[in-house]
Amino acid sequence: MRIAVIDESAARASIIQEGLVALDDCEIFVLTERRGLLARIGEINPDIVLMDLGNPSRDVLEEYFSVSRALDRPIAMFVDESDDESIAASVEAGVSSYVVDGLAPNRIRPILDLAITRFNAFSRLQNDLAAAKGKLAERETIDAAKRILMNSKGLPEPKAYAELRKAAMNQGKRIVDIAEAIVTADRLMGDH
Amino acid sequence: MSTELTVGFLPLVDACLPILAKEHGFAEEEGVTLSLVKDMSWATVLDRLLYGHSDAAHLVAPLAIAATLGRGRPAQSLSVPFVLGLNGNAVTLRPEIARMVRPEGQIGDAAEVGAALKTIAQERKAAGKPLTFGVVHRYSSHNYMLRYWLAGCGIRPDIDVDITTVPPPFCADALKQGEVDGICVGEPWNSVAVEQGAGEIVLSTAQIWRRGVEKVLALREQVLDEKREGVQRLIRALCKAGAHFVDPVNWELNAEILARPEYLDGSAELIRRAISDQLLIARGGALIHYPDFMFQYREAANFPWVSQAEWLYTQMVRWDNVPFDAQDAQRAARVFRPDVYRSALLGTGEPLPGASSKVEGSIETSMVVSTQQGAIQLEPNTFFDGEVFDPSDIEGYLSRLP
Repeated sequence: MRIAVIDESAARASIIQEGLVALDDCEIFVLTERRGLLARIGEINPDIVLMDLGNPSRDVLEEYFSVSRALDRPIAMFVDESDDESIAASVEAGVSSYVVDGLAPNRIRPILDLAITRFNAFSRLQNDLAAAKGKLAERETIDAAKRILMNSKGLPEPKAYAELRKAAMNQGKRIVDIAEAIVTADRLMGDH
Repeated sequence: MSTELTVGFLPLVDACLPILAKEHGFAEEEGVTLSLVKDMSWATVLDRLLYGHSDAAHLVAPLAIAATLGRGRPAQSLSVPFVLGLNGNAVTLRPEIARMVRPEGQIGDAAEVGAALKTIAQERKAAGKPLTFGVVHRYSSHNYMLRYWLAGCGIRPDIDVDITTVPPPFCADALKQGEVDGICVGEPWNSVAVEQGAGEIVLSTAQIWRRGVEKVLALREQVLDEKREGVQRLIRALCKAGAHFVDPVNWELNAEILARPEYLDGSAELIRRAISDQLLIARGGALIHYPDFMFQYREAANFPWVSQAEWLYTQMVRWDNVPFDAQDAQRAARVFRPDVYRSALLGTGEPLPGASSKVEGSIETSMVVSTQQGAIQLEPNTFFDGEVFDPSDIEGYLSRLP
């Protein structure tokens, strides 16, 4: 079976590819370039197309499918008309899949399930990364607030942190929120 | 008790009303907690709507009808209780072509530009390299407006020229690379192409149909029935956002809000121009003021006229090349729901038209129309070719079209 994976994120494409090669008799084609997309799909003539929901070229692809239908070429459609649940699951995971009509549903299902798992794996990675980045930013804000306290009140570093923590506990807020307030206040009040 | 509603949108200036309803607290005031979901293609916005990720969506009007009639995918009935805006699109051509078809430094007259373009289209077709146009979606007002104009000027779409789909963020690039010779797209993407020197604006779509229906608020019919009360509150909030949006005092602020990364993630300057009907048609030129370029609120612009849905259906028949079907025409007409609009706004200060359908393109000078509530003055709503669309004779209209 010929599967085309359209993804401008090479990292995600490779995660999906890695999962799909485990399936029997699947040939996988990864397309990461926007330009010449339709021509490439025409050449590949895939049985199934996987594409992430965030890709603006989805509208182009749908146009292509409806035109090929008009030209009496194989009909491509959004998964299986009857299988709303798996479509909803794929939308949930951020993947849209197009399958050439007439392909046995029992052959599509494992591919779709796999694609969904891989998409979910990728979004977990993204979330972890975003969380790590967020933590880093929080760290910086807290450090900046500590420096402000150390300079303005002449506190040593551990004491400055203890002050932040105490204020946070007293007000039922997160330390980073208190730190942010201090940094903002300093920016407003200070002459810089 | 607050109703929670999720609305999907694409990053375009005409997604402004839901965004501002949330940002300025109009939704909260009406007891609606609004969450907005940004997507990158109409197909995805529609998927989220159909599979329940969103309750409502900012959608190109013809797509709501296509989804209901089952074009391109299994049919699901959508309802449109509110029009998010009229027009706001332009036709932008590669600079060397633009200069051949319109007067220097001005947007042209639709018929004159079309006539000049016809000569070029014929030459290019004879040379085996037909002119190619990009529109944002097969079932978009852009596609129908462009085709209506080309056909009215004697250029046969699909025969004399090619029309293809180009996602808005790629329009400037596609022009520059020569993949397309022209685009019909909403703002800020024409201005982006102009700023990059990839294209020049020759027409605004308001010149093709002065009051052309553009984006709508679409819901699944079933969701509208289940959440009717919440939807009516949302409609009231959107009206307040509309009044705020058109007030020049707020232009600067609203442009800044729309420009934020979570919304359009674009230039506040370009957005402000679109909001204030200002167009830079060529790089290095002067701004041109085109009144009614984009139409969000006045003249009950948000009222879902059934005749507008019917006009869109005529274009679907025309360009999908399927025969007229009375039952489809009726289903298309029922997508627009003036009854919901009325019940949402009855008793507020918003004007409500007396009728739900009108002869489109028939108003040549400003006129006062009969109303159910308030006063409405309608300004000209003509098509560039002077044709009128009478919804009581759809077949007659179809047979007259070129």
